[in-house]
Amino acid sequence: MPQWGMAADLDRCNGCGACVVACHAENNISTVGPDQAARGRAKHWIRVERYWEGEFPDVRVKFRPVMCQQCGNAPCEPVCPTYASHHTEDGLNAQVYNRCIGTRYCANACPYSVRFFDFFNPSWDRPLQVQLNPDVSLREVGVMEKCTFCVQRIRGAQIQAKAEGRELRDGEIQPACVQSCAPRALVFGDLANPESEVSRLSRSSRGVKLLEHVGTEPAVTYLARLS
Amino acid sequence: MTDLTSTRINNDLTRPLLQTSWRFYALAAALGSIVLTALVAWMSQAYYGFGVTGIRWPVYWGFYVTSFVFWIGISHAGTLISAILRLVNAGWRRPVTRCAEVITVFALMIGAMFPIIHLGRPWLAFWLVPYPSERMIWPNFRSPLVWDFFAINTYLIGSVLFLLLPMIPDFAVVRDHSKGLRHRMYRVLALGWRGTPKQWHRLETAMQIMAIAIIPVAVSVHTIVSFDFSMAPVPMWQSTIFGPYFVAGAIFSGIAALILAMAALRRFLQLQAYLQPLHFDNLGKLLLLMALLWGYFVFNERLVVYYGNEPAEMAVFWRTQRESFAPLYWTMVVCNFAVPLVLMGIRRFRTIAGCVVASFAVVVGMWLERFLIIVPSLGAKYLPYTFGIYRPQPVEMIIAGATFAAMAFLYVLFAKVVPIISIWELKAGEHVSRESRPSVEESHLGQVQP
Repeated sequence: MPQWGMAADLDRCNGCGACVVACHAENNISTVGPDQAARGRAKHWIRVERYWEGEFPDVRVKFRPVMCQQCGNAPCEPVCPTYASHHTEDGLNAQVYNRCIGTRYCANACPYSVRFFDFFNPSWDRPLQVQLNPDVSLREVGVMEKCTFCVQRIRGAQIQAKAEGRELRDGEIQPACVQSCAPRALVFGDLANPESEVSRLSRSSRGVKLLEHVGTEPAVTYLARLS
Repeated sequence: MTDLTSTRINNDLTRPLLQTSWRFYALAAALGSIVLTALVAWMSQAYYGFGVTGIRWPVYWGFYVTSFVFWIGISHAGTLISAILRLVNAGWRRPVTRCAEVITVFALMIGAMFPIIHLGRPWLAFWLVPYPSERMIWPNFRSPLVWDFFAINTYLIGSVLFLLLPMIPDFAVVRDHSKGLRHRMYRVLALGWRGTPKQWHRLETAMQIMAIAIIPVAVSVHTIVSFDFSMAPVPMWQSTIFGPYFVAGAIFSGIAALILAMAALRRFLQLQAYLQPLHFDNLGKLLLLMALLWGYFVFNERLVVYYGNEPAEMAVFWRTQRESFAPLYWTMVVCNFAVPLVLMGIRRFRTIAGCVVASFAVVVGMWLERFLIIVPSLGAKYLPYTFGIYRPQPVEMIIAGATFAAMAFLYVLFAKVVPIISIWELKAGEHVSRESRPSVEESHLGQVQP
C-alpha cells in the first residue's frame, strides 16, 4: 500500500503563487470575491505564507507553501462526529463532503489551519463555470473542504496503471500544485517506496516537519532554506 | 415561617396559577416577540448561508459555542444546588429547590439548541443519533461532540425527571383547588396522587435515587463540554484543569442565575414571605465560595501556562492578558472575582440587593470567560500567518442575546402552570419529623377522583 507524501524545497520556492491558482482550477474551489476574502472566507487549499526577516532595507522574504499536511496522527480525524474526516489506507486525510454536517471542529483542531468552511453555496463569475473539473465534486454550503493531494489524479493514475497491467511509476502522479510549480519546489510521491524521489528528499538532512512538536506526524517534509 | 398556615401556603402559591393579570400577557408578549425575532434571524442564517455570521477562518467557533457552554453551565444551578441540599437535608432549601430545577431544564434546552444552530448543515443534525441507517455508519464515538450529545441528553432526561417527580403532589393541590378545564389538566398531571403513605414512600425513594444519580451526571456533563476544547491541540485549550474548572464555573454561574431568578420571583409574584433574606444570604455564601474557587482555578491555569512558556501558548496568554482581549479579560476578573468577593464577603452587603448585583456581575463575567476561552485561542493558533480576528455579526448577537429572553419567557410560562415553590416540601418543613409530613389530609382528599 503506498503512503502518499510530499516534499517542499523552501530553497526553490519563489512565492509565485502558481500552485494556488492551479489548485483552485483543479479542485473547483470557488472564489469568494474581495469583500468576503477580507472577512476571512477565502478558501486556499494551498497558500504561500510570507515571512519577513530583518529591518528595512535589509529585508529577506521567506516563502512557505502550506497545504494539508495529511498527518499520520491527524487531530482533525478523531473530533469529527460523523466520520466525514477520516484516514484512508494510503495515508490520506480524506474529507467526505456528503457526510459533513459542519461542526467545524476539525478546522479548530487543525494546528495548520488548512481546513476551509463553505460559508455560502459556491458560485463562479461567468464564464468560469464552464471550466469546472468534472472529476471533482462541488461542495454545498455548510461543509468543510481541504486539500486532498488531488485524490482524483491519484485514483485516475492507479486505474490507468491497472488497466495497462503495470506498476505506478514514480512521478507519474502529479497534484495540480506540483505540476504547476515552475522551480520544482514541490515533489509528490510514495513514501513507502524508499527509491522514490519524495522518499529521498524526505530523508534529507535539511528535512523538517511543520509544527512537529504537536505530534501530528505530517506527510509533508519541508527542506530548510540554506541560501 | 411558623406563621404560615397550610391554607395560606396553598393560597399564596397557587394564586399565580389561578389568577392572571394583564401584566402577565404584556410580559409574555414582549419576551415572546424577542424569541420570535431570534427564530427569524436563525431562519435567515439557514436561508442565506452561514456567511451572515462573523465566523471566519481561522476562528470557526464564536458566539454560538460561547452561548452553548454558558447555558449548559447555567443549567448546573438546579441539580447541584437542589440535589446536594436535598442530600444534606438542609432545611432552608425548601423554597429554593424548584426555582433551581426549572433553571436546569430550561437552560439545558436552550444550551442544547446551540450545537444545532451553529452547524453548517443543521438539517443533518440527526446524524449524531446512532441509528441503523442506509449510510451504514455510526457516529464517531471518539468525538467529544458525540459524547456531548449523549451527556446532554442524559442530563436533560435526568433533570426533567428530577423536576417532575416532586411536582406530582403539587399538581394534586392545584387539581383540588381548580375547576373546569384546569381541573382536568391537573388531574392528568397529578397521575392519580392521593397522598397515601405508600405513594409518599415511593416519591421519597425516587427523589433520593434521583438526587444521588443526578450529581455525577451533572459533573460529567460539564467535564465533557470542557473536553470539546481540551481534546484539541489548540494553544491554551489542552489543559488538564479544564474539567474541574468548567464544572466549578458552571456551578458558579448557576448559583448566580438562581439568585437572579429568585429575586425576580419574589418581586413579581409577591413571595416575600417564602423567599426570605435568609435564602439569599445562604446562596450568597455559596456564591462567595464559588468565586474563590473560580479565582483559584484561573490563577492556577494562568500561572502554569506562564511558567511553561510555550511560544504558541504565550501568544494566546498575552493576547488575553494585556493585548487586544485584555479589556474583556480584566472585566471578567472584576465581575467574577472582585465584585462577588467584596459584596458577598462583607456581611453588610450580603443583602438581597447585594446578591442581585453580584449575581448579575457573575453572569456577565462567566459569559465573558467562555468567550475568552474560545476566541483568543482560535485566533492565534501556532502559525502567525494564520492569526485572525473575530467580529460577531448582528445575527449572532440577536440569537445569543435573545436566549436570555427565551429563558425568561419559559420561566414566566412555567410559573403560570406550576407552583414555583414546592408546596408539599414547604409544608413538610413546618413539621418536626418526616413521618408527620402533610398527608394531603385537608385538601387533597377533598375531591377524590374515582
